[in-house]
Amino acid sequence: MGETPASRAEVCAAAVADAFRGDGERLASCFGAIPAIGAKLAKLTFEPDLMMTDGIAYLRDDVAPVSGEPQGEAVVESWLPFRSVFDLLWNGRRHVVMTASQIDRYGNHNFACIGPHEKPKAQLLGMRGAPGNTISHTTSYWVPNHSAKVFVEAVDVVSGVGYDRARELGAASSRFHEIRRVISNLGVFDFGTDDRRMRLASAHPGTSVDEIVEQTGFELVIPSDVPETRTPTGEELELIRERLDPGAARDREVPH
Amino acid sequence: MPDKRTTAQAAVAEIQDGMTVGIGGWGSRRKPMALVRELLRSPVKDLTVVTYGGPDAGLLCRAGKVKRLIYGFVSLDSIPLEPHFRAARQAGGFLASELDEGMLQWGLYAAALRLPFLPTRAGLGSDVLRINPELRTVQSPYEDGEELVAMPAIELDVALIHMNRADARGNGQFLGPDLYFDDLYCMAAKRRFMSCERIVETADLAREGGAHSLRIRRDMVDGVIETPNGAHFTECPPDYGRDEKFQRAYAQTAKDPEAWDAFEQQFLTVDEEEYQARVKEQPYG
Repeated sequence: MGETPASRAEVCAAAVADAFRGDGERLASCFGAIPAIGAKLAKLTFEPDLMMTDGIAYLRDDVAPVSGEPQGEAVVESWLPFRSVFDLLWNGRRHVVMTASQIDRYGNHNFACIGPHEKPKAQLLGMRGAPGNTISHTTSYWVPNHSAKVFVEAVDVVSGVGYDRARELGAASSRFHEIRRVISNLGVFDFGTDDRRMRLASAHPGTSVDEIVEQTGFELVIPSDVPETRTPTGEELELIRERLDPGAARDREVPH
Repeated sequence: MPDKRTTAQAAVAEIQDGMTVGIGGWGSRRKPMALVRELLRSPVKDLTVVTYGGPDAGLLCRAGKVKRLIYGFVSLDSIPLEPHFRAARQAGGFLASELDEGMLQWGLYAAALRLPFLPTRAGLGSDVLRINPELRTVQSPYEDGEELVAMPAIELDVALIHMNRADARGNGQFLGPDLYFDDLYCMAAKRRFMSCERIVETADLAREGGAHSLRIRRDMVDGVIETPNGAHFTECPPDYGRDEKFQRAYAQTAKDPEAWDAFEQQFLTVDEEEYQARVKEQPYG
């Protein structure tokens, strides 16, 4: 394996997997194909204790593929109707990867609507679970189309809480708030700075710091030495291509 | 034993202009669509609708029945954004009380328990508090002193839910994977109407599914309506799945007023029996 070099989508999937390192026995909830591939990749390799739902009401232990034919029998390990989802997420044993229509330098997130909330230009998903998720447990974000329209100076509506707002709430209210990573089709970002501003953690192979800066609508923290995002191992590539995404849903999210 | 069997018409006749109506199910899953269709046929208006929204919200918004929508999202599941709801939102046609999904549950639960509010961390720091200026926070009276959102009770005038099975006395049974919050809608409401796929003898309920499936008790229900295929076109497993073709056709009418008129003419101006006949005979607009 590994004769075909890793595509950008595959680099993104491995970067999502890395965001789950150390999570152990937690519910990994993912929106989007590449986040789902990434979380499942983590479960099949270095985070075997991660828990995942089938998007209906069951926790599945069999790591179903994201595309293509089902492989083997469904293994239901537990029941997780929506009421239990809310209990679990307020209890905190969860790491969610949500998509972002807009995100700012402190990780304030919007997928609710574009324009004023009273009369939006574009109604999107609504608040969904973003306010409760971000204040209750670990959150990461996935942006398949990195641009200055997504990485903005100020989001139109705050659905997911960023670090500046969390700090204003005080230590008690914000103690469960953590934005682990932002993974885009161009790079990986974190908030490991003194003032919790978004930092470029690594640039994907084939991109450059300049390109990322140009496509970002606010000033990123750029360390003096920006590493390249790692490429998936041969084993990981085989799992992505053969086991998790034989139908190549990843290529529709991040085209070659 | 009280016999609570009634009709969709009689149930909807109790809903008056300006009332608050809670609709069970989730997205495009086990929605009491026969009752929603009856509501669409009625002259009632200016409703406050409380829902984990699917086509119930889309249809009622499209028909101009909604003055205020209290919701966490409106989705058709396989079609992530409900197009009729979207169009109504973008036209600014109603007051949008958009909440975090967990807050909506909490508001229903507070009403169910007859409490003024329940505390939660959800909503803090987000714009939920800005776009819903009536929301207040409360400080923990204990040593921690933590500030929390005081999610107010969402009291309902009427609750509408759909179950797989029920008896004539109002015991309801869900046979699918998730009850959603249907019990809370009933407990939060003054008048409670439950449609179901099939009314069975009380003694048969335990044969249909395990005791854990009997989550709607008769003290939570005022009227029972047998509406076979009554959740159509939303899913109602294990009785039937979502009618994806019909849903797609419904969604497509959002773009085109003529297509909507034709859809409305064909499916919404007729009674439930005729609706079901047309769905069977001449599917998908």
